[in-house]
Amino acid sequence: MAILDKHKILETNATLLLICSFLVVTIGGLVQIAPLFYLENTIEEVEGMRPYTPLELAGREVYIREGCYVCHSQMIRPMRDEVERYGHYSLAAESMYDRPFQWGSKRTGPDLARVGGRYSDDWHVDHLRDPQAVVPESVMPKYGFLEDKKIDGKYIGDIMATNALLGTPYSEDMIETAQADFRAQADPDSDYDGLLERYGDKVNVRNFDGQPGVSEADALIAYLQMLGTLVDFSTFTPDASR
Amino acid sequence: MSKKSQKFEGDPKTTGHEWDGIEEFDNPMPRWWLWTFYATIIWGVLYTIAYPAWPLVNSATAGILGWSTRGDVAAEIASVEEANAPVNAKLEAAELVAIADDTELNTYAVSAGSAVFKTWCAQCHGSGAAGAKGYPNLLDDDWLWGGSVEDIHATVAHGIRNEDSDEARYSEMPAFGRDELLEKEEISQVVNYVMSLSGEPQDASKVEAGSVVFADNCASCHMEDGTGDRAQGAPNLADAIWLYGGDYATLTETVSNSRYGVMPAWNTRLTEAQIRAVSAYVHQLGGGE
Repeated sequence: MAILDKHKILETNATLLLICSFLVVTIGGLVQIAPLFYLENTIEEVEGMRPYTPLELAGREVYIREGCYVCHSQMIRPMRDEVERYGHYSLAAESMYDRPFQWGSKRTGPDLARVGGRYSDDWHVDHLRDPQAVVPESVMPKYGFLEDKKIDGKYIGDIMATNALLGTPYSEDMIETAQADFRAQADPDSDYDGLLERYGDKVNVRNFDGQPGVSEADALIAYLQMLGTLVDFSTFTPDASR
Repeated sequence: MSKKSQKFEGDPKTTGHEWDGIEEFDNPMPRWWLWTFYATIIWGVLYTIAYPAWPLVNSATAGILGWSTRGDVAAEIASVEEANAPVNAKLEAAELVAIADDTELNTYAVSAGSAVFKTWCAQCHGSGAAGAKGYPNLLDDDWLWGGSVEDIHATVAHGIRNEDSDEARYSEMPAFGRDELLEKEEISQVVNYVMSLSGEPQDASKVEAGSVVFADNCASCHMEDGTGDRAQGAPNLADAIWLYGGDYATLTETVSNSRYGVMPAWNTRLTEAQIRAVSAYVHQLGGGE
């Protein structure tokens, strides 16, 4: 075949070989990745997903900074043992506002995709302070310093604006009131009606770490207590074609 | 330097490639390898026909076997549920106190309850149920809200001080120090009195004054003799078993700021059969009444 006889050109020209190899790999990648962006069953719509509140988003930043994803996954796979231990398998929509996603790839600790509401705030405080005090066999390090570090949410509006730029539906109103919402969520005595109006009635408004002021522990616990609780599974019918 | 390579009679043909005088024999591939290679290609094509594979305009081909990950896990869960359905139905229908008398049902309940406990309860109460500071030990016979299987069932189903269930158990000890209900000295006196109920007070001279403070402020819930009242979730203070600690500093902290331990309502997450199973499991750990 004529075209096969021309392989000598490729074999003797390194730059051309590199360009053609790259083209072949690109086609392979496109075939695998591109359909995920338009196939309907990979971007199924669910009720209840909302962008993270400013405090939860700050907690997510702490989660990423401390490298929690190195030991904890946020991805319940569709297998019986995982569903029975952690709850309903994770849906793609549940990490739609995660940039970057926190699926993780290793479970030294348990999966956290549905940890929200599973433990009390007090438990989280005890556990962050000294994991072995509540789970003696745990190898998790201590994160007590988080509750000593107060944060004011000065830059949270900027982080939200960046996320909005990438497509997260934060309205201008949400970004403007970011710092006020940030403080309101950690203070049940505050006027948090605006927060609930913007992010929904299900938002947890509590003093998560039990201490005055907003600490990194407040933010992290607010984030953890929300994980996996957003999607309304009573209205969700799984599309079986996947 | 280059020398024409030697050729012998019976050598296979060459491919015609030549690099610096080196030529390449055109030996055929081993048959076993070649046929395995063809088989994998055929297998690959059949696989994409049988299973979900090719992306089309709106969806991917579903595959003629109709297999899906979600269908698979749903079928597996359904088959286990079906297999357990009769015994779960029996467990749900049984009188709670009668479960222990039915050996077969009790064996099932205790082992199913053990699995539920290790998944959902061990993080606070410990994998061996011995508890931790602030999280009750379930192995002993000291119960805050009652240790009968019915009481345990109610606690598991509705939890304690949560917003998930309207029937959650609820008690609220005043924060005697923070809310300035007692003077610092009075707190010190009553703490010494409470310590004297089950052991040595730190300062014996304060015990008598403390007993007066106790009678005025604490006895209505913890009873005059300090043995507590399960109907109100008021702990027994005379048995030397402490949830947060019985030393002077911890008791002062407890009296000053109070403690509000929380347990989730499990009837929103677990089935009635699972709740009954874990109640039976906890009841037989040692302290059940």
